[in-house]
Amino acid sequence: MKKVLAAPYLVWMVVFILVPLIMVAYFAVTTADGAFTFDNLAAVSQYANIFIRSIWLAAISTVICLVIAYPLVVILARINVSYQSTVLMIVMLPMWMNFLLRTYAWMTLLGNNGLINMFLGLFGLGPFRLLNTQGAVVLGMVYNYLPFMILPLYNVIVKIDKSVIDAAHDLGCSNFQTFVKVLLPLSIPGVMSGITMVFVPAISTFIISRMLGGGSNLLIGDLIEMQFLGNSYNPNLGAAISLVLMVIILFIMVILNQFDDDEDRVLM
Amino acid sequence: MSKNIISLENIAVSFDGEKVLSDISLDIKDKEFVTFLGPSGCGKTTTLRVIGGFLTPDSGVVKFDGKDITTLPPHKRNVNTVFQRYALFPHLNVYENIAFGLKVKKVPDNKIRSRVREMLELVNLQGFEKRSVDRLSGGQQQRVAIARALINEPKVLLLDEPLGALDLKLRKEMQIELKRMQQRLEITFIYVTHDQEEALTMSDTVVVMKDGNILQVGSPVDIYNEPKNAFVADFIGESNILNGRMVKDLLVEISGVCFECVDTGFGENTPVDVVIRPEDIKLVEPDDAHITGVVKSVTFKGVHYEMQIESYDHTWLVHSTKAAEPDSTVGLTFDPYDIHIMNKMEG
Repeated sequence: MKKVLAAPYLVWMVVFILVPLIMVAYFAVTTADGAFTFDNLAAVSQYANIFIRSIWLAAISTVICLVIAYPLVVILARINVSYQSTVLMIVMLPMWMNFLLRTYAWMTLLGNNGLINMFLGLFGLGPFRLLNTQGAVVLGMVYNYLPFMILPLYNVIVKIDKSVIDAAHDLGCSNFQTFVKVLLPLSIPGVMSGITMVFVPAISTFIISRMLGGGSNLLIGDLIEMQFLGNSYNPNLGAAISLVLMVIILFIMVILNQFDDDEDRVLM
Repeated sequence: MSKNIISLENIAVSFDGEKVLSDISLDIKDKEFVTFLGPSGCGKTTTLRVIGGFLTPDSGVVKFDGKDITTLPPHKRNVNTVFQRYALFPHLNVYENIAFGLKVKKVPDNKIRSRVREMLELVNLQGFEKRSVDRLSGGQQQRVAIARALINEPKVLLLDEPLGALDLKLRKEMQIELKRMQQRLEITFIYVTHDQEEALTMSDTVVVMKDGNILQVGSPVDIYNEPKNAFVADFIGESNILNGRMVKDLLVEISGVCFECVDTGFGENTPVDVVIRPEDIKLVEPDDAHITGVVKSVTFKGVHYEMQIESYDHTWLVHSTKAAEPDSTVGLTFDPYDIHIMNKMEG
């Protein structure tokens, strides 16, 4: 019976996850004619700067998301439950709107003639170049992926027994010590899944960097897209870049999970 | 007598406009086992939280050893707590949990190690150091929680219904063990419970609370034998509570019959509550008693039989080692000193 119920999922996983993965790997190590080669993988190295930029921007965005989300969630977990759901709802609200639309909105806000520069202009400031900068890309990532940091963090922190916090105070901890010795270690599973949920999509995004970063802040996502849809059509190279990206993410996740408890593995 | 270790002076606490503690004053003596006893919602846990520092009262003063500590945060008080559901740190093992307080105080490692060993011995958990706390039974978690609090050598240990989650047999064992610990360590235990038997077994002093007020403070014997009002009498063990009238000093009328009693000072012709413990009532031949009744039910309770006996205006609860015949008519007598007279409760 169990086997019968598992079958659809198994078929799904094989057809839509396993097979495509094998195809990506196959394309990555073959030429357009199907001959085996390491040239594609070797060619990836020339894009090292783009890889570094992507990892860097995604990492910054993840850290900013964490820094914004953590205090919010700690406060949220303490207030009245009915307020909690209202705030969570507001957090989720932007996600109901189309991703492209949300990002477009930032373009009009950040542009040289955008709302922010107009407002600053009232005080004789600017215009500042806000759009087409790395800062704008990071802003776009943080704005779009913040809910993915808040929700897993919230789910973990709200379940931490309040009396454990009381116990820490009781045993001589100041607020800061309570945070370091009890709250933070107990919330690590939430932190880890939040990091994963933000970092992975952020590192491979291409829309955000295209719209807010201009042409000069190319990310891996843009690079891969160009190999498949752009004028530099080369699916084999695209597959090789994807493969390298996957290995990098895998590697980073393995490192991150070293900080985690042995019991609460997240997405690994 | 020994000095006061904790004094509560006119403590009042409200949550959302609702009074939880109304103007409570209480002195707790050093090295005493004090129990706050009352039904849920009576304010006993709130009082404990005020003493622990988790709650700042709206008004009133908390004194520790004569010093005002009303606004002192918990981590600066020489008081430790055993929480209701133990509140052990799930990310730490037994050793780390117990060592927690000393680690925070930056006590040297070798000192911590020997202190933890002492504590494990005190609570009978030798060899459990490396065990993860969620692989312990309720009773073992309880012991870790006690050890974790006691390692800090508090002058006062607060215990918030610590035995609530344990089964009856384990609870009885722990009651005796806790009492022994308190005597051995010579510190004050402040214990919160709704279980009257637990309170009577362990305490030097019982504080009976209801609706945010203290009704009575006294030794278990005093509380049991001389309850101040019908609520205390009813809450501390089973009781027959009757409407009576104090005719004059040493004479009380119950069910239309006058009885000699030992109480004075209630005035003349005053309505009073009369409490008679079920074990103080003796069953005799109907002709030998002023009050007679019909035996409605007889239940075997192990040590004694519990009987419901219906007189014309009251159903009496009687405990006796001899069972009466159901549906028979019996006489009820009691001695003057078993009649407890108390003022009618206000409201």
